[in-house]
Amino acid sequence: MTVWGEAEERAREDDPVPGRVRIRTDPGTPTLASRRTEGARINDSRPVVFDIRDMTVYYGESRALMDTSLKIRQHLVTAVIGPSGCGKSTFIRSLNRMNDSIPSFRLTGEVLYHGHDVYGPGVNRVEVRRRIGMVFQKPNPFPKSIYDNVAWAPRNLGLREGLDDRVERALKQAALWDEVKNRLRTSAMGLSGGQQQRLCIARAIAVEPDVLLLDEPASALDPVSTAAIEDLMHSLKSRYTIVIVTHNMQQAARVADQTAFFSLDRVDQVGTLIEYGDTDVIFRNPRDTRTRDYVTGQFG
Amino acid sequence: MSSRAISITGRARGRAAGRPSQTGDRVLFALCAFAGLVVAAALVEIVYQLVSNSSPAISRFGLGFLVHQDWNPNFGHMGAATLIYGTAVSSLMALAIAGPLGISIAIYLSMLASPRVRGVVGPLVEMLAAVPSIIYGFWGLIVLVPFIHGIEPGLHTVLGWIPLFGPAQTTGLSIFTAGLVLTFMILPIVASLSRDLFLTVPNELKEGAAALGATQWEVIRGVVLPSTVSGITAAMVLALGRALGEAIAISFVIGDVSQISRSLLKPGATLAERIVNQFLGTSTNLQLASLWYAGLVLLVIGLVTSLAARLIARRFDVERSYAKAVAV
Amino acid sequence: MTPPLDIALAEERLFDPTAPLVASGNLRRRGAMDRLIRILATIAAGIGVAMLGVVVYSVVSKGAPVIGVGFFIHNPVGLVAGGIANSLLGTLEIIAIGTLFALPLGVLTGLYLTEFAGADSRTGRALKLGLDVMQGIPTIVVGLFVYGLIVLPLHKESGFAAAVALAIVMLPLIARSSQEVLLLVPGTLREAADALGVSRWRTVLTVILPAAMGGIATGAILAIARGAGETAPVFICDGIFNTQTTQLNPFAGVPSVPTYILTIADQAIPDAFAHAWGAAFVLLVVILLANVAARALLARSRAKMGML
Repeated sequence: MTVWGEAEERAREDDPVPGRVRIRTDPGTPTLASRRTEGARINDSRPVVFDIRDMTVYYGESRALMDTSLKIRQHLVTAVIGPSGCGKSTFIRSLNRMNDSIPSFRLTGEVLYHGHDVYGPGVNRVEVRRRIGMVFQKPNPFPKSIYDNVAWAPRNLGLREGLDDRVERALKQAALWDEVKNRLRTSAMGLSGGQQQRLCIARAIAVEPDVLLLDEPASALDPVSTAAIEDLMHSLKSRYTIVIVTHNMQQAARVADQTAFFSLDRVDQVGTLIEYGDTDVIFRNPRDTRTRDYVTGQFG
Repeated sequence: MSSRAISITGRARGRAAGRPSQTGDRVLFALCAFAGLVVAAALVEIVYQLVSNSSPAISRFGLGFLVHQDWNPNFGHMGAATLIYGTAVSSLMALAIAGPLGISIAIYLSMLASPRVRGVVGPLVEMLAAVPSIIYGFWGLIVLVPFIHGIEPGLHTVLGWIPLFGPAQTTGLSIFTAGLVLTFMILPIVASLSRDLFLTVPNELKEGAAALGATQWEVIRGVVLPSTVSGITAAMVLALGRALGEAIAISFVIGDVSQISRSLLKPGATLAERIVNQFLGTSTNLQLASLWYAGLVLLVIGLVTSLAARLIARRFDVERSYAKAVAV
Repeated sequence: MTPPLDIALAEERLFDPTAPLVASGNLRRRGAMDRLIRILATIAAGIGVAMLGVVVYSVVSKGAPVIGVGFFIHNPVGLVAGGIANSLLGTLEIIAIGTLFALPLGVLTGLYLTEFAGADSRTGRALKLGLDVMQGIPTIVVGLFVYGLIVLPLHKESGFAAAVALAIVMLPLIARSSQEVLLLVPGTLREAADALGVSRWRTVLTVILPAAMGGIATGAILAIARGAGETAPVFICDGIFNTQTTQLNPFAGVPSVPTYILTIADQAIPDAFAHAWGAAFVLLVVILLANVAARALLARSRAKMGML
C-alpha cells in the first residue's frame, strides 16, 4: 500500500464526512483505496449478476456499442470509464432497458441478469426496472415534497406499511436524512443540486432494488456533493450491486472494485469494451496500451 | 432582448447621424402603435356599444334581468334566467364529456401513439375545431336531432332515475342535443392543448419515474398529470368559454324555449342563441334592448373566462397553443 | 476468505432477484390497470376521429350529389334549384374586405409586439391581454358591436359591416401568429442588419418580414378559414335572405354561403336541404383544404427557419 493509501485507510475508520480534504502525493498515479474489497481472487468468487455477451447496440443503422462482453459481480462497485462518446451511457442504460424509449434502438447479443436475458421474450420491462434501479446524470426529483419523492415508488409497489420508516431508512442510507428530516413535506425543488441527487439515490433505494445503476451521478455536482456521493458507494454496496459510469477516473479509482474501460475500437471506430478487471490492475498494470494511455492521462 | 438592444443603438446612431431614414423608423413605429391603438379602441368601443344599446333594458330591469325567468316581449317582461341556465347547463354538459375524453385523447397522442399515428390522428382531432359552427348546426338539425329523438325514450328508461334524464319530449330538440353539439366543438380544444402540455413535461422526469419500476399509467398519474394540472384547468376554462359563446350551432338544435327544467331532454335556450333567433325580428324596442343586454352578459362571461384562463395558466403559454388549436 | 455477504441478506429481500423477469408482487394487477388505461385512451382517440368522420360523412354523402359545375356558376332559382354562385361571390367579397383590414393591422400589431414593446414591457403585456380578450369575445357579441357601430348609423345591413365584424374575429388570430413567427426570426439577422447600419424600417421590410412570410401566410390562411365559416356576425350585420341575384355592392346586403344554409334550414323545406348540404360541402372542403395547406406551409417555413 502506498503512503497515501495508508493515510486514507486511517481516515476511513471514522464516519465519512463530506468535504474532507484529500492529500494526493502523485496526481498521475491512481492509488489504491482500501475501501475496496481486498483481493482479486475474492472478487472472482462472487456470484455473477450480469453476464453480458457480445452486446452490440444500434441506433437505426449506426452502431453505438459493439461486441461487449463482461461479467458484473454481486455486491461490488463496478466502474465504467472511458472518453466521451464511447458508449458508456448506452451500455449502462441497456442494462435496465432504459434505451427502449428510443425508437431506433436495437440490441444484439445477450444481457443475462441472474441467468435471464433482459431482452428475452416475455420479459416484463417494468419488473426489470423494479429490480435494476437507476440514478441519472442530472438530478431529476419530482415536483413533489421530499417525502413524496421517496415514498412514491414504494406506494406504487404496495409497500404502504411502515412507509415513514422506509423513507427514513432510504434517506439515511443516502446520507440526506439529517439535512432534511425537519422539512420532509417541503418541495424537493428547494434542495441544492447535491441534495437533489442524493434524494434521487434515496428514491431509488427506497424500493430496495437488487442493482443500482448510476450514470455519471456526480458529474453535475460540486466537489463536496461529489465526495458525499462517493462515500455512499461504500456503504451501499453491501446491500446492492452497483455499476457507475464516470468520466472521472480518479473517482473510479476511489470507489470501484472492478473497472471497465471503454473506448473506440481501432478498426471500426465504434465504442467497445477495451479492458475489464480489478481496479488496481486497470490502473496500475493495464494490459492494453489504450487503457494505459487513458489512465495515465495521455488523453481523455 | 436583442431587439431592445438594437432599438437603442439604432436610434442612437440615427440621432447622431441625423439620417433621413430615421423618419422611416418613426413611420414604422407610428403604424405599429396605431395598430395597437386600434385594438385598444375596438375593445373600449365594444363595451360602449353594448352598454349604450342595452341601457333601456338595464334601466328597466336592472340586475333582476339575471334572475327573472319570463321572456315575454308582448308584456314587457324579459328575464334572462332561463337563458343563463341553458347556457350554463349545455356548456357544462359539453365540458363534462369533452374534458375526460379530451384528456384521454391527449394521453393517447402524447404517450401511446407512435409518431406516425400521432401525425395523423392529432391533426384529425384538431380538424374538429375547423368545422364551422353553421355546419355543426345544420348537421345537428338534420342528423343528430332525429337520432336523439329516437334514443330519448331509451335514455329515459335506462337512466331515468337520474333527474337529468326526464321523460322524452317530442322532437329531439333539447339541451342534451345542444350539449352534444358543443362537445364536438370544444373537444379539439381540450385535446390539443392537453397534448401540447403533456409533451412539455421534461423527459428526465418521465424517465426518472420509469426507472423506479412504474408502469406508464403510474408515470402519467404520478408525474405528468400533476405537473400539468394548472395548464389543463386553463384549457378547460378556455373550452368552456368557447361553449358559452356559441350561438349558431345551438340555435339549430335547442328549441329556443324559455324554460328551466331539471331534465336535459327538454328544449331550452341560451343567451347567444336567443340573440341570434330574435334579433332580426323584434317587436318592441324593449325586446331589442333586452337582447343587447343579453349580449352584454355574454361579453362579461367571455371576459371572465379569458381572464380566468390567463390567471390559471401562469407557467405555460396556453393561449398560444389555444390560438393554434382554435385557428385550425 | 470472507464469506459472500449475499446469503445473510437474501432473506431480507422483497423479491427473489434470481426469479424469471415476469411480473412479481402487485405488478400483475398494476400491469392490468396500465393495459386498461391504454385501451381506454385508444378508444378515446377512436371516438375523436369517429366524431369527425360522422360529420364529414354526412356532409359529403348528402352534399356531393348536388355538386356540379352548375352549382358553382348559377345563382339560386327559387329555393330548390340552381346553384350558390352569388353566395360564393358574396362570401369571397366579405372575406376579402375583412382580410384587407385584419391582415395589415394584425401584422403591424405583431410587429409592434416583437420590435417595439418587449414581451415584458407594460404596453406589450397590455396589448397581449387585449388580444386575448378580443379573441375570447363570442362572435355573436362581435356581430352586435358592428351592428351598433355601422349598421345602425347607416340604417342598412351591409356586406361591409359583416366584413368589419369578420376582421375583428380574425385580427387576434393573425396578430398572435404573426408575433410568434416574427419571434422565430433569429436575432442574428437583426444584429447583422444593424451592424451594417441599416435602419430599422428597412430591416423590417426587407429582411424580417420576408423571413417570416411563410408563417404569416399560414396564420392568415387559418384566420381566413375561420372567418369564412363565421355565421353569427354575418347574419346579424348583413342579414339578407334568399337572394336570387348576384349582389356585389358591399354597402348593401351581400349574400353569403353560411346565410344561405341558414335560410334553407329556417324555411324547413326538405327538398331544399340537398342544396344546403351542397353549400355545406363546398364550405367544409374549402376550409379543410385551407387547414391542410396551412399545415404544410407551416412545416415548410419551420424547416426554412431552422436553416437560417
